[in-house]
Amino acid sequence: MSDAQAPETVVLTINGKQVEATPGELVIDAAERNGTYIPRFCYHPRMEPVGMCRMCIVEIDTGRGPALQPSCMIPVAPDMVVDTESAVTKKAQEGVLEFLLLNHPLDCPVCDKGGECPLQDQTMAYGPGESRLVEEKRHYAKPIPISDLVDLDRERCILCDRCTRFAKDVAGDALIHFIDRGNQTQVNTFPDHPFASYFSGNTVQICPVGALTARPYRFKARPWDLDQVESTCTSCSVGCRVVVQSSRNEVTRYLGVDVDPVNWGWLCDKGRFDYQAQTSEARLRTPLVRAGDELVEAGWGAALAKAAAALRDADPDRIAVLGGARLTNESAYAWAKLAKGVLGTDHVDAQLGDGLPAEVVLGLPKATIDQVCAPGGTVLLIGPDVKEELPVLFLRLRHAVRHDGVRIVELAPRRSSISDLAAATLLHRPGTEGEVVQALLAGGTQDAGGVPAEALAAAAALLEAGSVTVVLGRANLADSGAGAVAAAEAIHAAHPEVRFLSALRRANVHGALDMGLAPGLLPGRTTLEDAGPWFRDGGWPTVPAARGHDAIGILEAAAAGKVDVLVLVGADPLADVPDRALATKALAGARTVIAIDQLPNASNRQADVVLPAAGYTEVDGTTTNLEGRVSTVARKVTAPGTARDDWMIAVDLARLLGADLGFGSVEDIWTEIEALAPSHAGLTLEVLHSHDARDGVVVPLAGPPQAAPDEVSSTEGAAPSGPAHEGESDSGVAEAAGEAAVAAEAADDAEAKVDAEAEATEAQAEAVADAAGADEPSEPAAAARPALVRLQPSGGASAPAPDAYSLRLVATRKLYDLGTLVQHSPSLAGLVTENAVHLHPHDFDRLGIEAGASVTLTAAAGAVQLPAVPDASVPRGSAAVLVNQPGPAIGTLLTAGEAVTDVRVERA
Amino acid sequence: MAVTDAAPIITTRFGLDDGHTLERYLATGGYEGLRAALAKSPTAVHEEVKAASLLGRGGAGFPAGVKWGFCPPGVWPRYLVVNGDESEPGTYKDRLLMERDPHQLIEGVLIACYAIGAAQAFLYVRGEMALAQERLAQALNDAYEAGFVGRNILGTDFSVDIVLHWGAGAYIVGEETALIESLEGNRGMPRLKPPYFPAAKGLYMQPTIVNNVETLSNLPWIVGHGGTSFAELGAESSRGTRLFAVSGHVKNPGVYEVEFGVTTFRDLIYAPVYGGGIRDGNQLKAFIPGGASAPWFYEEHLDLPLEAGAVGAAGSMLGSGAIVVMDHTTDAVKAAWRVVRFFARESCGKCTPCREGTTWLERILRRIVDGHGRPEDIALLLDVCDNISPGIAWPPKQTTICPLGPSAVSPIASAIVRFKDEFVAACGGGDGELPVTISGAAYTPAPDSSSEVAGV
Repeated sequence: MSDAQAPETVVLTINGKQVEATPGELVIDAAERNGTYIPRFCYHPRMEPVGMCRMCIVEIDTGRGPALQPSCMIPVAPDMVVDTESAVTKKAQEGVLEFLLLNHPLDCPVCDKGGECPLQDQTMAYGPGESRLVEEKRHYAKPIPISDLVDLDRERCILCDRCTRFAKDVAGDALIHFIDRGNQTQVNTFPDHPFASYFSGNTVQICPVGALTARPYRFKARPWDLDQVESTCTSCSVGCRVVVQSSRNEVTRYLGVDVDPVNWGWLCDKGRFDYQAQTSEARLRTPLVRAGDELVEAGWGAALAKAAAALRDADPDRIAVLGGARLTNESAYAWAKLAKGVLGTDHVDAQLGDGLPAEVVLGLPKATIDQVCAPGGTVLLIGPDVKEELPVLFLRLRHAVRHDGVRIVELAPRRSSISDLAAATLLHRPGTEGEVVQALLAGGTQDAGGVPAEALAAAAALLEAGSVTVVLGRANLADSGAGAVAAAEAIHAAHPEVRFLSALRRANVHGALDMGLAPGLLPGRTTLEDAGPWFRDGGWPTVPAARGHDAIGILEAAAAGKVDVLVLVGADPLADVPDRALATKALAGARTVIAIDQLPNASNRQADVVLPAAGYTEVDGTTTNLEGRVSTVARKVTAPGTARDDWMIAVDLARLLGADLGFGSVEDIWTEIEALAPSHAGLTLEVLHSHDARDGVVVPLAGPPQAAPDEVSSTEGAAPSGPAHEGESDSGVAEAAGEAAVAAEAADDAEAKVDAEAEATEAQAEAVADAAGADEPSEPAAAARPALVRLQPSGGASAPAPDAYSLRLVATRKLYDLGTLVQHSPSLAGLVTENAVHLHPHDFDRLGIEAGASVTLTAAAGAVQLPAVPDASVPRGSAAVLVNQPGPAIGTLLTAGEAVTDVRVERA
Repeated sequence: MAVTDAAPIITTRFGLDDGHTLERYLATGGYEGLRAALAKSPTAVHEEVKAASLLGRGGAGFPAGVKWGFCPPGVWPRYLVVNGDESEPGTYKDRLLMERDPHQLIEGVLIACYAIGAAQAFLYVRGEMALAQERLAQALNDAYEAGFVGRNILGTDFSVDIVLHWGAGAYIVGEETALIESLEGNRGMPRLKPPYFPAAKGLYMQPTIVNNVETLSNLPWIVGHGGTSFAELGAESSRGTRLFAVSGHVKNPGVYEVEFGVTTFRDLIYAPVYGGGIRDGNQLKAFIPGGASAPWFYEEHLDLPLEAGAVGAAGSMLGSGAIVVMDHTTDAVKAAWRVVRFFARESCGKCTPCREGTTWLERILRRIVDGHGRPEDIALLLDVCDNISPGIAWPPKQTTICPLGPSAVSPIASAIVRFKDEFVAACGGGDGELPVTISGAAYTPAPDSSSEVAGV
């Protein structure tokens, strides 16, 4: 074996020292890994090298004598001799720095980059002592805006091609480019085409000088005044690792952190700049209680007492809790324990009718981003426009397609940002995902959902080649999501080994579901019927007897006057529930509304008690991304006013209700989660905060659904209604883990390629299982550790055929919308787009309308007026609109629970 | 004088008013070379070109037949790209070939495509050459119509499409990898070699042969008359005939086809059939033997033959065949400034030393020309040159991707070493001490100079 591995390393000499490198590794990387830093400006490890700045030229001898070569472009070769310290190298590098500084303005004292500037640092380390230029420097107009978020100072620019390469190669928004020539070369936008990219902030972060600056940060702080902590972005569910920087107890900036499994250092602009909402003057600072038509400030004691009194007086079946996707895992667990374990209600839902059933999200074999993007694979994308909802996942998919031979088969109700990258885009009628997938699985022999058989057959052929993963989400808010569920069930039934990556959008929605904030579920991806005894044994005062309502059910009950207390934990139903009329009626119908939130919104303005919550730069804890990756969130600043952590509010409410949740710190809560939540077993505080877990840890560390899918489906078939304990008993935990490992080996054979990370987690899990086995005697023997929730086939749903006069509505999101975070971030608030109804050009004639004309969209629930725009990316027979944008509320067209929404489009 | 009586090969139609038309071309033996080529195997055609020892006429002087052999076997498609982006100051031979005899070039393109197995050729013509573009476009249309280009050429199964592409006005696009970038629709900036040697990974990352207009224009004759007939002309490694563009202070500036390797610079500059001598009876001060980037030659180099090896040994190059003559009225400082200004303006902006360095050199020289020179400027100029081209040697080393930056170094080194007194005077005195070692056979002080000799 060792002989076979011998060619895996290349031996070369760097500064007289023999070092080993991997074949294909660049000299600059090999040198750095072996302790020799070669200065550089244009080289960036996440982008193709260009050899432009020439700063990294060193003498390299490949047998023909030493020659100056850019170490960022030369791969290592056997017997290569590299000298980074020779007189020739030093003179050349000093010369390059002198050239770079010739026209650089040296306005460091007023430059945001001063203090963290690679040009400054490397000039100190490698540059000449003084300038020999006596001529006038080059002059340009001082900073010009190249977008709403980024300013460009061309005098400072050293033309390293980092921003332009990022825009073109990474983001795919080639809106900045070099213009002119020679010494007059400059970066600029095309006339009247601003650098309107969702990823523009990354160019600021990777700029090696102060040429690109972010408007929200300009002149706000000096780098040496900043204090920082590593955390996880919670603007969406991708979970990008970030550094949160603050000055004088105020958050000033986020920077992306390069972690391999998730964001590679990139952030989207929403994630990067919506910290402004955290520092907003509008933040809720003190509790508010209703006095007549007004909300007036109150002390915590009074407000909590009022809330507790309402909860105490209500029958558990008439209490409902909405929200939780904004919380940390710890706070979500505390709220789940309060709602289900103390109040005893199961009317709990972290989603707001805009997601997918929790059993679908939690019960399918899960894929990581790396597995989805693994070279040579095929991705079946059934979900939203990834660029609009999960922007950094878009960057990963784009890279996978362009560099790693990944093919995307997209199922969508209209073309999306991914369509140009997709090997096939199947535009289907809303709600027909199930039929289309059935047809795909059958090889595409007949038309389905408006997709021609030939297109299906071509896509089916793509799915034949290579391993397939599925990205599953909610593409269209104007349908019920039943189509996506049916599609997932069909795939899972036919190919139980296929893994799914959830594309639900909201920050910690996956963590909230894991913690049981969904009807019928308990923490750790368990069901009420399976896990009730386990949690009671674990110290929960009670557990709901029967499955409760989901968000739509809760709102319907509230609208019907059947809810006495509606608790909104970071939820804004008026903005987020697709069915606007239902949300309005529900808020009016609930007797008491208690809202816990950071910022005022339409829903909590109608609440009876408003409790201010700390934001995500103000709390410690963990969050879980769409892969199920648990990573840390860290407090950097103190919350405004008397705002408190969400879990503390739950603890206090429980205490007022005469119960003790049993924890006094985030660590206490995590310890209980690790002990009780089966999906999180083994992920102790020690593991969580270990060096190996710095990129986050995917849970469960090893789980039956992933390890032995075949066994699972057969058990399901045999006893669909019974509790699926898998024969696991207390004494058999270690044994079961052993089985899992065996099953994993079998899966190895079947799949040929198992992700290195998965292997590591499985190994980890074995150790964990051993430890758990050792702990067993101290645990009560009454209840077995419950099994994880698994998708139960629902039989699928099918959308009714459209009538000849209507168009089927497609309602999608944009990254920048009227959401609270965006609207309270001044730099982002203005970036919302005007709404319009997009129709296929052919439909204009049929409907007798003209491009740009105002039209009325009439659905069963209501009507809105919008301008009509011809757009070939919308299939014929569909009408596409944006939700949550300025203009008429699209929610008034939608009826919760309807399979699809049909609209008449008529001249206004 | 060694003005030979070798018959011209590629300028035979230069004297005809209608030499650019298909009718005249066919009437004067046109497309016979193509017929001859198609009667042979591609390998046999390749062998003819190798036998001819045809050196590339674009500047680097690499044997064309050898270059063709660099395409990795079995990799398809492969492309032929014609470099018609002739932009070096004093070089205007390709323009005349395209204007006066476009069919000869097209025929050469077809023969080359046949030999290397390309089904698609791209003819990249400099943007400013309006007449050449017009005539090439007309010729190509006529050739398509007559069945010389397109599907099943001359009834064989050999098919080629030729695409015309006009440049957008950048000298750097004469560099083959920058030309490929430009053809692909990108900004014309050179690619680093390695890994991107065009023969292996060129246009659209496919094997690509980039040949100069004059190189290809020789092919009809070579195939028609045999490679060995071509190789009988000339001397040493320089075979056949070659076009030289003579300009500057001569009586008869123009493009002359001469037998390669035997004709001397003295012939070309002084012979009545060629340059006709220095204007107004003036004295020769210096001449550039092969394009603006070549180190300058002087009186003592006049009897060197126009032969790549001999000129290289003397410390310069024949390059693109542009000979620029300067008489004794020329201001050496201003001449150096003028050449450097060209390179500063044409730097593509990619590599820092070239982008910033050439402009800095230009501004220092301009300041000296304007009378604001300082004694330390000579040392500064040479140190900046050293940072662009370490060691100021010939052939030059470089800190850049392509040779454009170092090209600005040779005129400065030539002018300062040879005409140091002029520089010292323009810089307000000083000892004229040269701080860096300059190595290159052509970088020599004037023989009668009494000042210290630097370098070799």
